Amino acid sequence: MNNELKRELIIENFNHPVNRGLTNNKDYLREEKNNSSCIDHFTIELKLEDNIVKDIRFDGEACAIATSSLSIAISKIIGKTKEEALNIIDNYNKMIKGEDYDKKVLEELSIFEDVGRQPARVKCATLGILGIYDLLNK
Amino acid sequence: MDYRKDFPFLDKNIIYFDNGATSLKPKCVIDKMNEYYLNYPSNAHRGDYSISIKASSEFENAREKLRKFINAKSTKEIIFTSGSTESISTVIYGYFMNKLKKGDEVLVTKAEHASIILPWYDLANKIGIKIKFIPLNKDYSFSIDNLINSITPKTKVLSIAEITNVIGDRRDIKKITSICHKNGIKVLIDGAQSLGHIKVDVSDSDVDFFAISAHKMLGPMGVRALYGKEELLNDLDPIKKGGGMTISFDNKDSIIYKELPYKLEAGTQNIAGVIGFGEAIDYINKIGIDNITNYTHELKKYLVEKLKKLDNIIIYNENIEGSTVIINIKDVFSQDTAIYLDKHNICVRSGDHCDKKLKDEINITNTVRISLYFYNTKEEIDKLVEVLNNNNILEESLGI
Repeated sequence: MNNELKRELIIENFNHPVNRGLTNNKDYLREEKNNSSCIDHFTIELKLEDNIVKDIRFDGEACAIATSSLSIAISKIIGKTKEEALNIIDNYNKMIKGEDYDKKVLEELSIFEDVGRQPARVKCATLGILGIYDLLNK
Repeated sequence: MDYRKDFPFLDKNIIYFDNGATSLKPKCVIDKMNEYYLNYPSNAHRGDYSISIKASSEFENAREKLRKFINAKSTKEIIFTSGSTESISTVIYGYFMNKLKKGDEVLVTKAEHASIILPWYDLANKIGIKIKFIPLNKDYSFSIDNLINSITPKTKVLSIAEITNVIGDRRDIKKITSICHKNGIKVLIDGAQSLGHIKVDVSDSDVDFFAISAHKMLGPMGVRALYGKEELLNDLDPIKKGGGMTISFDNKDSIIYKELPYKLEAGTQNIAGVIGFGEAIDYINKIGIDNITNYTHELKKYLVEKLKKLDNIIIYNENIEGSTVIINIKDVFSQDTAIYLDKHNICVRSGDHCDKKLKDEINITNTVRISLYFYNTKEEIDKLVEVLNNNNILEESLGI
């Protein structure tokens, strides 16, 4: 994917993220995630049923990288088993850290590959996905 | 005013517009602290040898410089602390926690910094005081009329900043204090954004407590101060207990404290920092505080005029006189704007600026803050406006 398409995808997911809005349903696990160095803040809900991620919802306010990475991660992870979801997150974190990772597992999430080279953006790119990680391990 | 040559950092071709967070330091302040570490690096008030006496003398000189700078009556009224957050907490926990009772009211506004709001919340939980928010004017500035209307027989304290760190409006502390004192209300002012920017005269304003920040007025990090009227500070229970503050402590019931200011300066002080702060005061006096005020206000007007010509900008405080402008770029999150500007070597602050209550009024949780000081120039503003005159800020902020 060329950089222009990557930027378009990021901005589309920033302006119109998937699954914004919480259910406040007790069947969902819930996690608050804050970025210590900026205002980024998400509340994330996750419903795990029979070891399958049935739904993820979120609310909050954050920058383009934080919001779009969470939005794309939600699209990617819903419907996966817990282990598959954790594998996606593991590869995503490796990619952001600049380590070897499996691009096929990440698909669209690999558009954030260059973000790891911008120190100011690393926390933004991992805030939401770490929230999902925490919920999967609850 | 060509004072830029005095600031080594400005050689780096970085435009620094985050003076509300901390100011740059002139070389003379850095040199003064180096001189301490190189030539008389001892503790103050602790030794009988010459370099310790020199350190003590320089330390106390800085106290006198600060006393004179704010026109306090006595150096007993100047307490050095590690932060204006600590200064405010010293007053709230050391004085007001012992004086207030359940149901007493404290007046603040929603434009105040966390360091003001949070200790009062804590006291509300601990002893049941009531916090009342004085409604702001439509332009989010302080309203004297609303202050008067908010006062009840239970009002005991007013706790606000002289200049707020987001909206940046200057409150008339003399007038406000006069109104409060007529109603038996004590006044605690946060001067972190005002000292070094405008003339402060605590004797003329008659304020009871005034919190001071060195690093926002050319001084080093880790040094702040508290002004308090002598009779009030004498009545303040030290929240920090330790070395250097007592004459004797034979047992728990016979602790004899030293006189002010030492009673409230437990533990080893930041000697180099305080001495550097004194040098910063000398430097500001050399420029002239009125020159600083007039020039920064002129810069703000220039910035607002230029920004208003752009069609992608929302300005939230254009009519407030001061040195801070808060904006957003339409449809761009404030942090993305700040990261975009960083790519052009321009430093601004994004976020809520430690004021998490202002969103109730302004309806926006975060903004980009451009805060100016006297070493900024119109040429730097021209560069900022040129860079902001771009319809692809969000795309270009991504770094992809």
